[in-house]
Formats: sequence, C-alpha cells, structure tokens
Amino acid sequence: MFRVKIDVTLKKAVLDPQGKTILLSLHSLGFDKANDIRVGKYFDLKLDVDNADIAREQAIAICDKLLVNSVIEEYSFVIEEIK
Amino acid sequence: MKCKVIVFPGSNCDYDCFYIIDKIFAINVEYVWHKNPTIGPCDFIILPGGFSYGDYLRCGAIARFSPIMNDIIKFAKKGNPILGICNGFQILLETGLLPGALLRNNSLKFICEHVYLKTNFYDTFFTNAIEKDKPLSIPIAHGEGNYFCDRDIIKKLQDNNQIIFQYCNASGEVTNDSNPNGSINNIAGIVNKKRNILGMMPHPERASEKIIGTDDGKAIFQSVINKLL
Repeated sequence: MFRVKIDVTLKKAVLDPQGKTILLSLHSLGFDKANDIRVGKYFDLKLDVDNADIAREQAIAICDKLLVNSVIEEYSFVIEEIK
Repeated sequence: MKCKVIVFPGSNCDYDCFYIIDKIFAINVEYVWHKNPTIGPCDFIILPGGFSYGDYLRCGAIARFSPIMNDIIKFAKKGNPILGICNGFQILLETGLLPGALLRNNSLKFICEHVYLKTNFYDTFFTNAIEKDKPLSIPIAHGEGNYFCDRDIIKKLQDNNQIIFQYCNASGEVTNDSNPNGSINNIAGIVNKKRNILGMMPHPERASEKIIGTDDGKAIFQSVINKLL
C-alpha cells in the first residue's frame, strides 16, 4: 500500500483572487511580512499497489484525468509506502 | 425536431430550459438523466445550469465523466448543436469540447444580476435570430464565471471569431466596468471552431418572457430552432 500526498495549485500565470483577499486580510491583521499567499488543494490518496513505480504511474494518471485541470492548475506529489 | 435537456444531480435550471422549449416554442423536449448511456433521437442538446455534483472538486469536473457524456461528445463531433448554460458551460470546458476554464469571480462573490451582452457574430446556430447591434439584457448567477485561457487560446478564439458574447454596458460598449467577474476580454460566451457548441455564463432561459422582465434570451433558442426546422 502506498500513500500519495498531492498538492494542486493554480498556475503562476493564473490570478488567484482568494489568495489576494487572504493576503489583504493578513496585512490588516498586522502580518506585514506576508508577501504572497496562494490557495491550493490537498489530496491524500491511498493506492493498493505493490511498488512505488506503479503508484507513481497511477498517481499521475489520476491527477491528469480528474484531479487537476491543466488549463489552470499544476500539481506535485510525494509518495510514501505504508507498512 | 426533438430537444433533450440533460439532468445531472444538482442541475437546477433544467425545468426552466424545458419550460422555454415546451411552452414558448411548442417544440418536443425531454429530460435525459445523466446515467443514461445514450441520448436517443435528438437534434438539440441543452446542458442546463446548476451545481452538478455540488460543484465538488471543480465545477463540472465530475459531471464530465457521467455516462451520458460519451454520447454527447459523439453528438457534438457530428456537428449537432449543444447549448451549455452556466454549469453547462463549465461541463463543456471540463470535457474539452470548448477551450479554457472558469475561475472564481474576481470579487469572490456569487453574482446574481442582469448584465448586457454584445453579440459579435450572427452566423451561428445560436445567434442568427438576434437583432443586430442590440445589447441583450440577460441575467447571470454564478460564483465561478471568470473565463480564463492562455494567450495562444485567446488568439485562436479571436482569429476564428469564436468569442460570441461579451459583457458590455447598456450602449453595447465592452468596458472594464461592465465586466462582472474578471473574465478575459469580457468573455461571456464562446463557440467551438465548428460553431455548433455554445457555452455561456448568462441564463437566456431566465430571460425569455416579457413577464419576468426581459425576453432578450429568447432569440438564442429561436436561432437554434430556425436552423433546425
């Protein structure tokens, strides 16, 4: 069994109105060192497969097919084996 | 002529679309549940607005994999007309039948108001009955209608005359102030290159009878019916 932790974020070229609003809020709370913040999604996926290569292959297919819209989003993930 | 309105779990403008086709135009219309594998005999498909699958993951992302979608893609590739309104537009984008994506409105607010639309081209299934140079008063109701695409796609949309509707003011001028949601180039509706698929955020089915304020949306349905009858 493998666990895949997937982060999905808007591409850099895509304006993130949620992030902008949160940044304004942080500034009004006095966190004036906050320079940029972008909102993303996190998926915690468990895959019932035997090795890390298959897990990676499956994770990429799952992201490309459903979890991520490549027009606006990009993703990264880490895989760990569950003993 | 036969029209089908596709119903997903969470669709909420399906009855309005059905009503317009049935009562205003007296055209044969049926609902098709999204789990049906086939559309059946059909000349015109409407993907209605709403919140299919609760907008989970991304608007339209899960509806795009409903069993009915394979047959809808086949129907589209044959050049038949499909109108996707609001969530229907989002589904068409997720399916890849139209290019681009819809982001959260730049105000972060759900916007429900009447807007004006400029019609740029009258040579499509959906615009041939629209009065020339008349700004259409049609309401929007969405939280995620901020049209986005990269520069290459926007250039293709412009070169191929695919930007059908743009948000404008009452005089028909496309201005920053008349852009309700931050869409690139004030885009409110686009067609595919073959011009048989229209996706639009405004709701023409909520603007097809004078008694509810405006019937400017009626011309969009009238256009499709003109072409098919």
